Amino acid sequence: MSEQQLFKVTIDNITIEVPAGTTILNAARKIGGDVAPPAMCYYSKLQGSGGKCRTCLVEVSKGSEKDPRPMPKLVASCRTTVMDGMEVKNITSPRVTDARAGVVEFLLINHPLDCPICDQAGECHLQDLGYDHGKAGTRYEFQRRTFHKVSLGDYIQLHMTRCILCYRCVFTADQMTAKREHGVLDRGDHAQIATFIERNLHNEFIGNVIDVCPVGALTDRTFRFKNRVWFTKPVDAHRNCPTCCGEVQLWMRGDEVFRVTARKDEWGEIKDSSDGKTGWICNTCRFEKKHISDWVIEGPSNINRHSVISQGHYVGVEKPAETFEKVMDGRKPRYFMDIHNVSEVNRPDIELSLLDGPATAKIFDEPQKDNK
Amino acid sequence: MKLLLEKAHIENIRLYDVYRREGGYRSVEKALKMTPDEIVDQVKRSGLRGRGGAGFPTGMKWSFIAKPEGVPRHLVCNADESEPGTFKDRYLMEFIPHLLIEGLIVSSFALGSNVTYIYIRGEYAWIVDILEQAIIEAKNNGWLGKNIQGTGFDCEIYVQRGAGAYICGEETALIESLEGKRGNPRIKPPFPAVKGVWDRPTVVNNVETLAAVVPIINMGGDEYAKIGVGKSTGTKLISACGNLNKPGVYEIDMTISVEEFIYSDKYCGGIANGRKLKACIPGGSSVPILPANLLLKTAKGETRYMNYESLSDGGFATGSMMGSGGFIVLDEDQCVVRHTLTLARFYRHESCGQCSPCREGTGWMEKILKNIEYGKGKMSDIDLLWDIQSRIEGNTICPLGDAAAWPVAAAIRHFRDEFEWHVFNPDECLKRNYGLAHYADERALAV
Repeated sequence: MSEQQLFKVTIDNITIEVPAGTTILNAARKIGGDVAPPAMCYYSKLQGSGGKCRTCLVEVSKGSEKDPRPMPKLVASCRTTVMDGMEVKNITSPRVTDARAGVVEFLLINHPLDCPICDQAGECHLQDLGYDHGKAGTRYEFQRRTFHKVSLGDYIQLHMTRCILCYRCVFTADQMTAKREHGVLDRGDHAQIATFIERNLHNEFIGNVIDVCPVGALTDRTFRFKNRVWFTKPVDAHRNCPTCCGEVQLWMRGDEVFRVTARKDEWGEIKDSSDGKTGWICNTCRFEKKHISDWVIEGPSNINRHSVISQGHYVGVEKPAETFEKVMDGRKPRYFMDIHNVSEVNRPDIELSLLDGPATAKIFDEPQKDNK
Repeated sequence: MKLLLEKAHIENIRLYDVYRREGGYRSVEKALKMTPDEIVDQVKRSGLRGRGGAGFPTGMKWSFIAKPEGVPRHLVCNADESEPGTFKDRYLMEFIPHLLIEGLIVSSFALGSNVTYIYIRGEYAWIVDILEQAIIEAKNNGWLGKNIQGTGFDCEIYVQRGAGAYICGEETALIESLEGKRGNPRIKPPFPAVKGVWDRPTVVNNVETLAAVVPIINMGGDEYAKIGVGKSTGTKLISACGNLNKPGVYEIDMTISVEEFIYSDKYCGGIANGRKLKACIPGGSSVPILPANLLLKTAKGETRYMNYESLSDGGFATGSMMGSGGFIVLDEDQCVVRHTLTLARFYRHESCGQCSPCREGTGWMEKILKNIEYGKGKMSDIDLLWDIQSRIEGNTICPLGDAAAWPVAAAIRHFRDEFEWHVFNPDECLKRNYGLAHYADERALAV
């Protein structure tokens, strides 16, 4: 293999070396943090995606070492490859932040903003984008574009009103299925994602369009209105699935599995599974296996996206070295009850710290006797 | 001076026999004796600029085409003439179709394209028949097909109809549509010269550009470059419309002034009904509108001529563009706000919906303009319109976003008082019956 050429690129005054052919967006993601432009339509796992939403616009202030002229227009960083010696301005350029605020406003003028009843709320990329780059008010005072809700089969609900036409689901459906069934009808602001004449989608992997959707336009019908995502806790789990990699994230509340999704990385994209392929999961795993006994739990997921779903602060979780018994001086774990705080008031005669094991209802139910 | 439409008036010039008798297909005979590089060189020397709107030098575009070994190349003729106000290609193809076919054969030979396409807009249904008739005639006489005139060069021309989308006039959207896909513009790079139709190197040229190759070969590139002025060489077809005495397609040699073009009897013959000139869009609906004072004279007080440089003199602040040559003239009775609304409605309808600023912005602009036009506007709406257009311009994948933003920007820049009049006089702007006010029936005015 020939030696891969490395290009030096400076993004917001941070210099990094990346292989030739890398896009500006991916170079910025390598640096990470605020330097990475937001992307609503680009999805690194999907061929041909990107360039459409225009939120990732950046200013190229120096084209390359050979040709230092700046690029006249802002460029879509997800589709522009780096050149050696290129200098890019993202958050340091007022032109970029202004244009990005404009794009956010454009994306939101026809969006219903029905976050209070939307299943995507809390893990919605448009919400994040709006908080990061948008303004609190709107200058749009006209009726918003609306569509009927459509069910694409038993599992997927299409709520076109919320759609921002990123085309991710179109690419997913095209690249996963042999036959093209899913695309865009009409033009302009009345364009819509559709299957021709509301036909159902039957592919075994079609559930992945829900995962790639950055907004709440495609939602899981088995999860609709069941819970808010921030009440459920993400847990990594796997099962031996004959069709897919079987590595998923369970969204649980107590010991109830509310939702199953693929595992996502910090950019909200589906992670690679342990065999190195993209971790798409099949419909059976996603929609049918909603019982805890179907899965082998690996532990809490690490979520470091800055949205509301990371409120559990599962960043950098480490398993403690000690076991429960060691910490509790040999006492065996039993179910805890929530009577500790009231017992002081009701039965001050029972000294909790002297009990052998946790306080249970049984102790308090017994009539008072001289047990000291 | 006429080069393209010189023989258009001859009866039955549409037929091969008449066209050949009048000296047709001489350029093919001449070109087949030259090498492809010599033809490209002649086109380069001629200084021919793309007639579709952008005005990019054709010879340079041709020399950019990638020539990988074993990969076929294609030439595509862009006959998807959908720009409001532009109808020059229609005239050319309808009256003298063999000129286009002749230009296509020469250009295909120069570029090494064995399969050449004419992508024509769906609304020109009858012209498809005319072109196909011309192709059959050319083929029967040995100008197309296998081994043309015994030189060993093969060339086939196919006519492909579009389905009526303005966006398919953008070269990459045209290529997508030609491949049978949805007409969404591609993201450049890669440019069509590297990856075009079916990922093969492709050149997309306007009908008029390809037709102009014929006189260039006939008279030689240097001779052609002597016509016109500066970098605006050769002749240009201008389709004049609006409130003119003699609207129609005119061939000009880019040395005449705008004033002469509008007022002389040789061309448009002045403004209709004895009214005064108010404004004009000199190059098709996408280019900025100019008020009469800036149209006839530049901001520096020089006479404005009908050529690429002079029309764009002063940038967008006080100038416009040559564009595709759709010359739309507005007289004093026309309302610029209503006119801008019409254009905004068009661009909203024709936006492909791929990238967000254009998809959402064009609809928003149309709604605001509708409010202003119908007396529901506010002063802040005018500033909002300006802000929206500035956020669309330059931030989109293809030039349609710019094309939608420029007319609105120019209308506000030059006719802000008219927008304000609409805001301050909401009742009166509902009563006005634009353009018809002076000769309309009394009952029509009562509405």
